Amino acid sequence: MAAIAMTPCGDFRQSYREDTTIFPTRLSRAFAIAGVALLCLVPLTGDRYVLSLMIQMGYLGIAALGLNILVGFTGQISIGHSAFFGVGAFASAWFVEHGVPVLLAIPLAGVATTAVGMVFGIPAARLKGLYLAIATLAAQFIIEDFFARARWFTGGVAGRITQPPSLFGFAFDSNETYFYLVLAWVVLMFIGAANLMRSRDGRALVAVRDHYLSAEIMGINLTYYRTLSFGISSFFAGIGGALYAHYILFVSVEAFTILFSIQFLGMIIIGGLGSVMGSMMGAVFMVMLPEVVQWFADAVAGGAIDRALGLGNAVSFLREMVIGAAIILFLIFEPDGLAHRWRLIKAYWKLYPFSH
Amino acid sequence: MNWELLFQLTLNGLIVGTLYGVVAMSFVLIYKASQVVNFAQGEFLLVGAWVCWWLLTEHRVPFLWGFLITLAFMTLFGILIQVVVLRPLIGEPVISVIMVTIGLSIFFQALMKWMFGVFAQPFPPIFETQVVSVMGLEVQSVYLMSLVISVAIMGAFAWFFTASKHGLAMRATAFDQQVAQSLGISVRQVFAMSWAISAVVSAVAGVVVGVVNGVSSALSFYGIKVFPAVILGGLDSILGAVLGGIIVGVLENVAHFFDTTLLNWGNMYQIAPFYVLILILMIKPYGLFGTKNIERV
Repeated sequence: MAAIAMTPCGDFRQSYREDTTIFPTRLSRAFAIAGVALLCLVPLTGDRYVLSLMIQMGYLGIAALGLNILVGFTGQISIGHSAFFGVGAFASAWFVEHGVPVLLAIPLAGVATTAVGMVFGIPAARLKGLYLAIATLAAQFIIEDFFARARWFTGGVAGRITQPPSLFGFAFDSNETYFYLVLAWVVLMFIGAANLMRSRDGRALVAVRDHYLSAEIMGINLTYYRTLSFGISSFFAGIGGALYAHYILFVSVEAFTILFSIQFLGMIIIGGLGSVMGSMMGAVFMVMLPEVVQWFADAVAGGAIDRALGLGNAVSFLREMVIGAAIILFLIFEPDGLAHRWRLIKAYWKLYPFSH
Repeated sequence: MNWELLFQLTLNGLIVGTLYGVVAMSFVLIYKASQVVNFAQGEFLLVGAWVCWWLLTEHRVPFLWGFLITLAFMTLFGILIQVVVLRPLIGEPVISVIMVTIGLSIFFQALMKWMFGVFAQPFPPIFETQVVSVMGLEVQSVYLMSLVISVAIMGAFAWFFTASKHGLAMRATAFDQQVAQSLGISVRQVFAMSWAISAVVSAVAGVVVGVVNGVSSALSFYGIKVFPAVILGGLDSILGAVLGGIIVGVLENVAHFFDTTLLNWGNMYQIAPFYVLILILMIKPYGLFGTKNIERV
């Protein structure tokens, strides 16, 4: 949150308009468009495994962005994000079960999750800081319990099977095709969030975060904006969850645990609180982390380290440990996250070799 | 209505509740002294119980010695966590502090699973007689032990904070850090000490629960159950923590009773405290005994 004060030198904005643009220069906009275009080419390589990782990054990134709007931009801490992600997944599966086409069910699930988020958001608007953290922790357990109990909605312990989306008879049932669907949603949601932050409402959210008393004195309705932020965040979580449901094709009631919520929080802390692109960086980091651990375990398999520690059957624990350790280390050594590091790198090259 | 069962469950709730009270007390201790909400409180129980179990079964240390070594280890563990992880974060926003303790929590949970496996392990039996009859009700002797230990810890806390020099220093720090510092109290030392005491007390509770139910990762759930207790009692009140713990303990057992006999919703034992938690946050967020925080600009 101190990111604004630590903005590197080399900032030469002269008008308010320049300050609020999404892309600071024409070049960076070209780079962003080229990046998306390049991503469109990835399925052509035909590497299923890379594609499945990137799809994961996509839907987790959307949900993480939602959490970042709530925590990073509005300063409301939530430890129950995976529950809302789950509501999105089940809602979408439920809509499809009742005859709604999948492509329509995804945004509908987002709206349904927004409604659920608002229900929890209205009481939460009275709370802040650690009281809110504890309340959302309780919400996590209550919603998890609801999933296990509400058979009409979640299919109970058996879970719910759902279908891949299709459009005019064309099914998005392979990694290659589903990738484009996720990519479209990612682009849409990220542009939406970036634009939201430039708007009056977005600035109000940031004001609530920075000093809620001053914000209230300036005429910002605290209850309204805190609830709104909860709603927006739930919408993103719902979209992410729906994309998850139609990719995995099976939604289990046990998938949306507190550990998953913590992973979302880890993503936005590692990526950078209060940074739109940081959410995606955090999601990429969090998806890659277990892969790196797995790679490491495979690399040392059979060696002395493996025999001493028994790595082979401990990889799942090792992953959790690495997630915990990554959160701790980032908070101590890089509290502004990867987004801040990226900004520093860009600033370094901007004035190279005369930086600082 | 099965009155005998209800009475038995209430008694169980009281006994478990005093344990919650002990854990809640050590949670409040950290919060009062260093303003850190410790989401890793349950892992103190877990680590303490596993260390004691390891000494007792793998090394065949007698119970008393094993227990004492565990406490010594937990003192060091608490200080180490405070110095290495929490000290760099002094003055950071609430979210960072909360997240770092959450990070610690999942780190140690996974580490313990890795080192000791995922299955519950029983402690070697400590008492000769397993069941004692009190007023016609059967009570396990380990439960009685846990009750005695809990009450002893509470008494020790009361003495520590009213009579001992370090306890007074801690209260002064909790009241106002700058004033305490100007009176020659080392705030760093107080922080480290509060974490050490909290870790030790939680480990005692962990060992007691381990003796009763066996040691498993379920122990860390006590760290989550602490939240309803401390919110009910008020985040910065030690008395409130004890009372809150007892109320939560009784509440979940009574909820369990009505659940099994009347409602058949299932799982109320786990969830009822969280409904209460949300209710209290809505109505009286500072709890029964907490100090109301007035903000001035």
